Amino acid sequence: MAEKQILLQGNEAVVEGAIAAGCRFYAGYPITPSSEIAEGMARRLPQVGGKFIQMEDEIGGMAATIGASLAGLKSMTATSGPGFSLKQENIGFAVMTEIPCVIVNVQRMGPSTGLPTSPGQGDMIQARFGTHGDSSIIALTPSNVKEAFDLTIKAFNFAERFRSPVILLLDEIVGHMRENVKLPGADEIEIINRKRPTCKPEEYFPYQPDEDLIPPIADYGTGYRFHITGLYHDKTGFPKGQSPMISDLLLRLHDKILKYQDEVTLIESKYLDDAEIVVLSYGGIMGSAISAVESARKEGKKVGWIKLITIWPFPDQYLLEVAKKVKAFIIPELNLGQIQREVQRATLGKAEIIGLHRVDGDIIRPEEILDKIREVL
Amino acid sequence: MNANLLKYFRQDKLPHIWCPGCGHGIIMGALVRAIDKVGLEQDKTVIVSGIGCSSRAPGYMNFDTLHTTHGRAIAFATGIKMAKPELNVIVVTGDGDGAAIGGNHLIHACRRNIGLTVIMFNNNIYGMTSGQYSPLTPVGKKATTAPYGNIDPEFDICNVVKGAGATFIARGTAYHVKQLIDIIARGLTHDGFAFIETLTQCPINYGRRNKFADPVEMLMWQKEVTVSKEVYDKLSEEEKAGKIVTGILYHDDTKIEYTKAYEKVIELARKGGQK
Ligand SMILES: Cc1ncc(C[n+]2csc(CCOP(=O)(O)OP(=O)(O)O)c2C)c(N)n1
Ligand code: SF4
Repeated sequence: MAEKQILLQGNEAVVEGAIAAGCRFYAGYPITPSSEIAEGMARRLPQVGGKFIQMEDEIGGMAATIGASLAGLKSMTATSGPGFSLKQENIGFAVMTEIPCVIVNVQRMGPSTGLPTSPGQGDMIQARFGTHGDSSIIALTPSNVKEAFDLTIKAFNFAERFRSPVILLLDEIVGHMRENVKLPGADEIEIINRKRPTCKPEEYFPYQPDEDLIPPIADYGTGYRFHITGLYHDKTGFPKGQSPMISDLLLRLHDKILKYQDEVTLIESKYLDDAEIVVLSYGGIMGSAISAVESARKEGKKVGWIKLITIWPFPDQYLLEVAKKVKAFIIPELNLGQIQREVQRATLGKAEIIGLHRVDGDIIRPEEILDKIREVL
Repeated sequence: MNANLLKYFRQDKLPHIWCPGCGHGIIMGALVRAIDKVGLEQDKTVIVSGIGCSSRAPGYMNFDTLHTTHGRAIAFATGIKMAKPELNVIVVTGDGDGAAIGGNHLIHACRRNIGLTVIMFNNNIYGMTSGQYSPLTPVGKKATTAPYGNIDPEFDICNVVKGAGATFIARGTAYHVKQLIDIIARGLTHDGFAFIETLTQCPINYGRRNKFADPVEMLMWQKEVTVSKEVYDKLSEEEKAGKIVTGILYHDDTKIEYTKAYEKVIELARKGGQK
């Protein structure tokens, strides 16, 4: 398939990205502003021999997604804030049992039912700390339609590579934004598939990691006959509540991601060489951030921008290095400073941290960011 | 145990951790015998459970097994069955797991008529969390959270799944093991959603609190209070009072199984048809 140019919405780009990545199962429950993903998957999956099911609730959607992945299909579910909260117990199950799958959250304004059709970025911390226990997770955030397509594929690739659930955080702006995008042909897309065991079934341990810290995973129904539980388990998959096995498992679940942080961390930036201040943002308001920086540059102000694409694990080290060279970070977010706190933590007081929040269901416009830049510089 | 059956167990995981006198082991034994009887291929059979004493059964059974989150077994199983319809997917659940927290998944799986076999171990109580009342605890019975007697009317869970659209419904008991093996076997070969309620005894958390002297007395209660469907249908209204019906209560094989219905969706979509 050659490259093709089409008009796509962010949510539709997620659908096309998922199909291109090899996703063949979707289970979910409709919720604004993510419903176009369910609708798109219902239409597209059977065309490629995949399966769609609208479950009775988001909990069931997450559960079925894990079940289908265990049976060997690349699987996805999508939701928005209230549904994301419901999925958390089973997201933790997928972390603990190391089942590859993708969870999309098209964020709206919360808490609670909040503002169903307005953008928010209030689930940034929930994505990281929403489930109980010290879980580990990868989360990616696209800021435009093309990125929604590309990062959906990345999300599947990371899920398969690290045998882990991966969260894709959109916001309503990106979910509903329309753009003309060039989709790559199938031969231009890198696809990663999970590592399956090569040993004999009798020799298989579902939680025996290879040197890369990641255990191969067999598909149910192929004769490996293994047990999976959300309880702490040893390499055989059976419960074992003995120290130090417990901490060994928990730490491996973290390390198998942190060890590869360089590979997982995706960041873009501009004008950092001479920047005195940096606008750091992500998602649907990144456009405003870039446009504000361009205007400020025209006024001769030494300002640069950083776009966070990988949100979790958080790029602590990278931001600390930047902080040593600049005076301040301006951080526009559609929440009361969820990522701001992380930047504050990571930069150890080396630079001033200035939040720019909007929590009224509106977006942050370039002028607001420009005004803030002028205030500081 | 018959040597033929040993292959279905993970022998290194035995003995089991259920309390002495618990009925759960009898039901697991019946399930394995039924699997053997109908000749399910071991490598094509997946056993899924939620959380609870009953839900620990898959750990002992030598198949692909999945011990999920509380109440969600049927939803996980739905994903497995959809992904690979050729697998036999069996769900093992408790009355709390399946009828309380998992009640929504249960009724919707019935409605879809997806080809799962669900075996609900009904001990009338939450065993694992030490004796709180469940949706199947009879009115008046005691539980840790009903110290003055339960006032929540209990479900007749077989009626619930009937109303929800299950196409195979049966009830057995730990006492009537032969009958239980037969009805599970029939459920396993049913092409659609099969539901089997099984009365089992929890002497520790239900029996002790509700004036059963020991597990034997609980088994005798199962014997006395139940009557097979064939006999029940011939009883007078007075004679029916207080009786629990066992056997195959309902069977309809005219409805299409869900993954088969979905195959038609795939066919249509591939033809480019919207219908
Ligand atoms: C979300 C959640 N809520 C509550 C629990 C605690 N819990 C564990 S088992 C159980 C009840 C199990 O009872 P039942 O399904 O009847 O099985 P039994 O132990 O009687 O065999 C409960 C409430 C849990 N593990 N997860
Ligand atoms: S608590 Fe009750 S149900 Fe659980 S193992 Fe003991 S007797 Fe069986």
